[in-house]
Order: sequence, then structure tokens, then C-alpha cells
Amino acid sequence: MTQYEAVIGLEVHVELKTKTKIFCSCSTEFGKAPNSHVCPVCLGLPGVLPVLNKKVVEFGIRTGLALHADINRRNKFDRKNYYYPDLSKNFQTSQFDQPICEHGALTIDLENGEKKVIGITRAHMEEDAGKLVHNGNTISVSSGSLVDYNRVGVPLLEIVSEPDMRSAEEAKAYVDELKKIIQYIDVSDCKMEEGSLRVDANVSVRPIGQIDFGTRTETKNMNSFKALQRAIDYEIARQIETIESGGTIVQETRTWDDERGMTLSMRSKEEAHDYRYFPEPDLAPIVISEEWIEEVRRQLPELPQSRRSRLVLEDGLSLYDATVITDTLAMADFYDRVRMGIDDAKSIANLLMGDLSKSLNELGSSVDESNIDPAHVIELIRLMYDGTISGKIAKQVIPEMLKTGDMPKKIVEEKGLVQMSDEGALEAIVLSVLQENPQSVEDYKNGKDKAVGFLVGQVMKATKGKANPGLVNKLLKEKLSLN
Amino acid sequence: MKFHEMTAHELSALMQQGQVSAEEITRDHIKHVEQVEPSVCSMVSKTESIALDRAKEIDQKRASGEVLSPLAGIPMGIKDNISTKGVRTTCSAKMLENYIPTYDAHVMEKLHEAGGVMLGKLNMDEFAMGSSTENSRFFTTKNPWDLSCVPGGSSGGPAACVSAGEVVFSLGSDTGGSIRQPASLCGLVGLKPTYGRVSRYGLIAFASSLDQIGPFTKDVEDAALVMETIAGYDRRDSTSADVAVPRYRDYLNQDIKGMRIGVPREYFAEGLEETTVSLVKQAIKKFEDLGAIVEEISMPYTAYALAVYYIIAPAECSSNLARFDGVRYGYRDETAEDIFSMYTKTRAEGFGHEVKKRIMLGTYALSSGYYDAYYKKAQQVRTLIKQDFDRAFETYDLLLTPTAIGPAFKFGEKSQDPLSMYLSDICTVTINLAGVPALSMPCGFVNGLPVGLQLVAAPFAEGTIFKAAHAYEQATEFHKKRPVLEV
Repeated sequence: MTQYEAVIGLEVHVELKTKTKIFCSCSTEFGKAPNSHVCPVCLGLPGVLPVLNKKVVEFGIRTGLALHADINRRNKFDRKNYYYPDLSKNFQTSQFDQPICEHGALTIDLENGEKKVIGITRAHMEEDAGKLVHNGNTISVSSGSLVDYNRVGVPLLEIVSEPDMRSAEEAKAYVDELKKIIQYIDVSDCKMEEGSLRVDANVSVRPIGQIDFGTRTETKNMNSFKALQRAIDYEIARQIETIESGGTIVQETRTWDDERGMTLSMRSKEEAHDYRYFPEPDLAPIVISEEWIEEVRRQLPELPQSRRSRLVLEDGLSLYDATVITDTLAMADFYDRVRMGIDDAKSIANLLMGDLSKSLNELGSSVDESNIDPAHVIELIRLMYDGTISGKIAKQVIPEMLKTGDMPKKIVEEKGLVQMSDEGALEAIVLSVLQENPQSVEDYKNGKDKAVGFLVGQVMKATKGKANPGLVNKLLKEKLSLN
Repeated sequence: MKFHEMTAHELSALMQQGQVSAEEITRDHIKHVEQVEPSVCSMVSKTESIALDRAKEIDQKRASGEVLSPLAGIPMGIKDNISTKGVRTTCSAKMLENYIPTYDAHVMEKLHEAGGVMLGKLNMDEFAMGSSTENSRFFTTKNPWDLSCVPGGSSGGPAACVSAGEVVFSLGSDTGGSIRQPASLCGLVGLKPTYGRVSRYGLIAFASSLDQIGPFTKDVEDAALVMETIAGYDRRDSTSADVAVPRYRDYLNQDIKGMRIGVPREYFAEGLEETTVSLVKQAIKKFEDLGAIVEEISMPYTAYALAVYYIIAPAECSSNLARFDGVRYGYRDETAEDIFSMYTKTRAEGFGHEVKKRIMLGTYALSSGYYDAYYKKAQQVRTLIKQDFDRAFETYDLLLTPTAIGPAFKFGEKSQDPLSMYLSDICTVTINLAGVPALSMPCGFVNGLPVGLQLVAAPFAEGTIFKAAHAYEQATEFHKKRPVLEV
């Protein structure tokens, strides 16, 4: 039987987080009342003209540099002409044959531990369209449709990869890494569910060993990472099945139906738009100077790939820990700042990935949005080091710290959470626990070491968790061996 | 002399001397509009009550000692493709019959600041496409010199309105001659400024890389006054130039001895009427008498200008006019049952024949597989045409050509023959392709109908045009003649 391999290329649209739109001064804020962020320019009223937001070009340069791409010095915009009610001018101002970035690349980590370089063909600047709300499923069966133009003119960067991916997992890893880079360089929020990151997948299959590509389809409308993987897997299976059963693949645009778990045909190549691109006569060409590029380059943060390597090689963290810590720039920066005060990478990683992340998740928050600074965590770890609190008490301090923003020392003092390290007082409690649990003492003597754990638990219970666990262990063993 | 026969600088002097108020001037013009408008038909919308309020405001300001612009209190008319906040702006199109802009064009802000008093919005060929104003979806405008003739186009309303004395000056737009040709046919001064000299913000676009707003006036001094007011950089128009605006009046009353004027022979090609040629030749003689050095030159790429123009202008228009789809504003066919039929029915009925023809031409020229052969090639030839001008202006201060192929023609005479209508733009379209400034001014009459000559200068050298035009005007009497309207 023929073995097939998939060939996947992705087109990723990211909404740039500029304060204002690409060609006017309307706000880009998400989720506001329909048509409240509009003006004559983005509404495309007769007689208006676009004025380019320079920040969009800066974000384009920043992204290009982060993706190791060439930045085109001379940029122009073009009009992409097509009719749709969410497009206020019935053309989209985009970049056709001179995109701001070309020939970039990004490295993904494969599950087998190897690295793979995915080529980036180009990235170009363009404006987003508005949103349609149908009184029915689609525009064709709707009895009426409403348009919200808040999103029209929000700047987008369309990043097109080479057809370098061979599986849905690789595609996911690519989007994951791209998303991380873009969040690191702070040009987009990349929220798939809010539509600020959208992915279209070009998928084809070919018998292994064949050099030519098979006929590809383009699948749209995948609104989550899970949907992306499912859609690509579905499309690969569908195409193989079609070929195996003697059919041919039609070049077409397909849409992912998440409920039914399948891709459906939207339009064929013959029905494809002729966009009639031509240079936008209302905008002068933009020349990007070397100085501008160098200025943007100086402001670039350390990127995820390099951070991960540093955490593994210099701090001795596992690749898994390093990946989790560097997942967001906020967490990675937070780690670095805590690391300046505490010389124990593993303890920091454990705390950040464990109890702190857990509490943040419960609050639906993140380190950069929370009440706490690295100083809080430094103090907390130091309290554990000097024996003032146990790890168990730290679990109680963290939520309180996130809730109030108070420093750990203050919380520990106010709540009386200081660890009981007074040997005399603990000894009395240990003795009474031993008296109350003769059976466990007996078990211990019969060689059941586990019984110690139970007895420690009883002491902790009696002290409301405040007993110094090390000391309790030591005292218990002393008393038990005396008995 | 009656107020409505006077120029802006004359009326301004009278107001400054306290001999007449802005209100009196405005009332006089409104009364004149009532008398002649039924025969001239230049106005799509009248704004008398707003005008009177404005005029009274100006009088109060003047009374309180404020120093005002020479245009303060002067009645004006505006072509109906220039956006006026709160005042219907139709482009003489069914598509925009009831469209009221929510904002003012840049030139309107400038004119309001200067205190201009708008009496009305003026008729035009639908979306500025045409050379006779016969393509207005509302009514045809008559030439005040002969009511059986067209006023030219597409700015026929702005030309006829000033010529008939309904307003003192007006603004038009010029994509391929839409200011200069009607100025020639109506015996006025009409200027198409350098591309980028006047902000297009608020001008409803026909062809973005060619459109410019400019004035119609009764003489050269008024044209200089209006340009001082409307020219200048506007950050809302990325194609507007950040070049200082000179005081154009400083170019008036100057000696033109030694000025070098080139006369490109390609502009005297087949189709040009003999009477026009002889009037332009008399004008050339006059310039020589005034001390200018006039020489015949060649601009070889002129031959391709019409072909290039009729690819670029429709291509841009096909995209610019895409927004008129019935979704947000303007005409919508209410019988449509779905989005596709709403688009097609709205656009089939909302646009007139000429507009649809150009949209189709432009759509074709931009289509995949044709782009390189048409649009791209046209842009390359456009560069060669520009180089013709660059070369000419290395040697010459100005170029002098006829404006139109002849005087005003009869209604229907050319509208049945689109090719001859397109060919009549031969002397003007090249100028838009090159982006250079050009002015038309009267140089004589044929059977009582005015004929214009065209002066062309290097980019941003409007001052040079004013200098030569004013010298010629001072040496001739054509600008003093007014049409006689039987009312």
C-alpha cells in the first residue's frame, strides 16, 4: 500500500496591538458596542483618504527581525478588490508584491527532541475587515444581516510559511512558537478565541518519495489549536481516502465545521476571486531607513528559543521546565527577576510552575496582571529557607498574597502562620500524639515505617500545620526509638 | 457695475471701504440666481439661508474690527463632489441623491475659515465622468454664452454658475480636464493645480492619482486669491505635498520679458478647429509682444496620453466606486432578495451609462492576465510622458497650448459619439498624467463663444502661470466680457 506524507503551509493573520487603526485614529479596542469605534475614514465614506499609522510599520519591522527575515526598504500598499459587506470600501488595503518581510525562518522543537526549521515566505501589512452578524447561519440563508465596523481597519500582519510542515503536530508547534515570539515582541495579544490570531491551512498529500506537491486545499475557520490540529488531520485523511478510492483532489477553499468535525467546500478555484490588485494611489510609498531598523533591533527582547536554551544550559533546568517558564514573556521575565534574588533555579521553577501558577489559574490571572512582584516571591522563598514557614504554609500564603498584594512576611505574622520551631512546645505535642495513638507506635515497632507519616500528620493537625516538619520528624523518631 | 458682474477682489475692496456689506452682496447674488438659474440650471442644491447667516456673521466680524480674508463675504459655489458637512453632496448621481456628508472637505474648512459664503452645490457629469455635464443624472446645465450649448464638463455647473454671475467663484475638480475645458467653454479662468498642491480630503474620488481641486474665477487675480486659501499641506491626504504656499498675488503685475515659453506641436494635432488654432496663434503673438520668447517644441509621448488616461482613470475609478453598494449609505434597490442581487441591482440602477462603462473598462484593465498589458504598461508610458515635461521645463518656464479642440458644442452633438467626446480631452489629459499645474483663460471668441488657451508650468510653479496669465490678461480685454442672459 502507498504510504503518504502531508505537506502543510500556514497563513497566519495576527491583529497588531496598536492603540489606533492602520489608516485612521479610531481605537482598536476589542469588545466595545457595535460601530462605536468608527469614523468617516474607516467607514469608507465618500471622499476619505487613508493615513498610515507608523506604528504598524514598526511592528512589521519588529516581527520581521524576530523571524530572521529580510526587511524590504521600500514598501508600498496595494488594493485587493472584492465585494463583501464587512469591507467598507469593497477593497482591502494590503501589500501584494512588495511585502515588508521576506525569507524568514522559525525553529520548532519536535517531540523526539530534534529541532526543525520552518521557512517563512513573507509577512505583509494589511487592514482587517468588520464583522457580520447574520439572522441565520450564513449570509445566503439569513433574513437579515448586521455589520459591525469596529474591527475594520484594525492592523493585521499576514505571515505566510513555506510548505515545510509534515503533520498536524508540526503545524501546531509552528503556530505555538510563532505565537510565543509575537507575544514576546509585544506586537499582538494572539488570542485565537478573540480572533486576534487566525490560521488558514494549505494542505496537500503525496506518496512518500514523490518530489512534486499534490493539489492543495486551503482550510479556514479554525478557532482554536485543537480545531487546527483536527482540521489538518481530517483534511489529510480525506485527501488520502479520495486518492485511494480513485478520485482527484480539487484545488479549493474549504471551511472547518467544528461541530461536525469535518471540512466543507466553500469555493473552487474557478469561483476564486480575481482580486485585481493594483498599487494604492492614495498612499505614498514608505521608505524604511537603516537607522529605523537598527533602532527597532535594539529594542527587541531575548526571544523564546534563546531563553529556553539559557535556562537549560546556564540554570540547569530541564527542557520541560524551561519551556513552561518561558511560555509567556511575563513569566520568563518574572523568573529572571526572582532568579536575581535567589540562587536556586529549581526551587524557583517549582514554585512558579506549581503553587503560584495554580493559584493564578484559579484567579484567572497571570503574573503580569497580578498583585505581586518578584520581591514577593523572593521573600517567600527566603522565609522557607530560614525555616520561618514550611512549604505547606507557603501554599496558604500564596493565595493571600495574590488577593491582598501584601508581602509574605506580613501575612505570616498577621495570620500567625510562623512555623513552630520551639522544641519544648513541640515535644509536649509529640508526646501526647504518641499517647493517643498506641496502635501506630506498635506498628512502627513492628517495622512499619509508614506509621511515622501518619503520626507526623497528627502533629501537623494538632498544630494547624504550623509545626516545623523536619523538627517533628526528628522528635518523633527520637521518642519512638526511646520507647 | 452690478455686484454679480464683479470679481472677488473688486467686491472685497468695496466691503473694506464700507461701501457694501456681505449681506447686500449675498442678497444681490441670491436674487440673480432666482432670475437666471431657471435657464442656466447649474445648481443641484441651493443653500441661501446658510449663506445669509454666514454673510451676516462676516459683517459682524468686520464691524468688530477683525482683519478678514479677501474672500470673506464672497458668494461661492462648490462642485457637488466636494463634501460639505450637513449639505447634500450628490456627485450628480442617483447613487448619492440623498447622501449628506458628516464632515467637511479640507478645502471647505479652508474656505469657511476665510469666510466664503456658499450659495449652492453645483451640477456635474455623474461622478465627474464626462466633458459636457450631459451625464448628470438630474438635469443638463446650459452654457450662459449660448443656452443651446453645453458648458463643458465635468465641472459644467461650477463653470456656468460663475460665468452667469450666480456666484463670484467656484471650486471644481479636474481629473483629465474637468476644470480647464469648461473654463475654456465658458470664458473663465480655471486652474488645475499641481498634483498634491490642494488636499483631496473630502473630494469624492474618481481617479485618485489624477484628481485635483481647483478654482473657477472671472480673472487671474481671483484665481490667485482662491489658491492662497485652498492650497497647502494636509496630513489627512498622504499625497498632499508639504511645500510652502507662496503669496500668489506677488506674481501679479510682473514683467514677463525674457520668459521662455514652449509651444508643443503635438497639441495642434488633427481635430483641432481652425478658429481655435488662429486665436491661440494670436495669443502667442501677444505673449511675444510682451517680451516672452516663444518657441515650438516637441513632446513625442503626447500621442499616447489618451490611451494611457483611458486605462489609468477607469482602473482607479473601478476600485474607488466599489464602495457604492447600497450597504451603508446612498441608493439601495429594495426589491433585492439577497446580497448578490442587492449589489447588482443597486449598482445597475444607481449608476448611469457612462459610469458603468468606465467601471467595466477599469475592471477589465486590472483583471488577472491583462494587468501587465494594460495597467502596468500604462503606468510605464505615464513615466515617459512625465519625462517629456521634465525635459521641457529644463529649458522653458511655461508651455502654451489650446485648452479644448473648439468652442462650446451643441447638446447631443457629441454624446452620441463617445470617441469624439474622449478625443476632445486631448489637450488636457496629458497634464493630469504628468501631475503638473495648468490654467485655462480666455483668448478670444468664435461666433460669440469663448475660446481658451492653456498655460502649463513645472510642478509647484503655479506662481509662474499667474505671472504670465496676469500679464496677458492685462494686455487683453477678453476677461471683461460677460455673457448676456435674457431673463
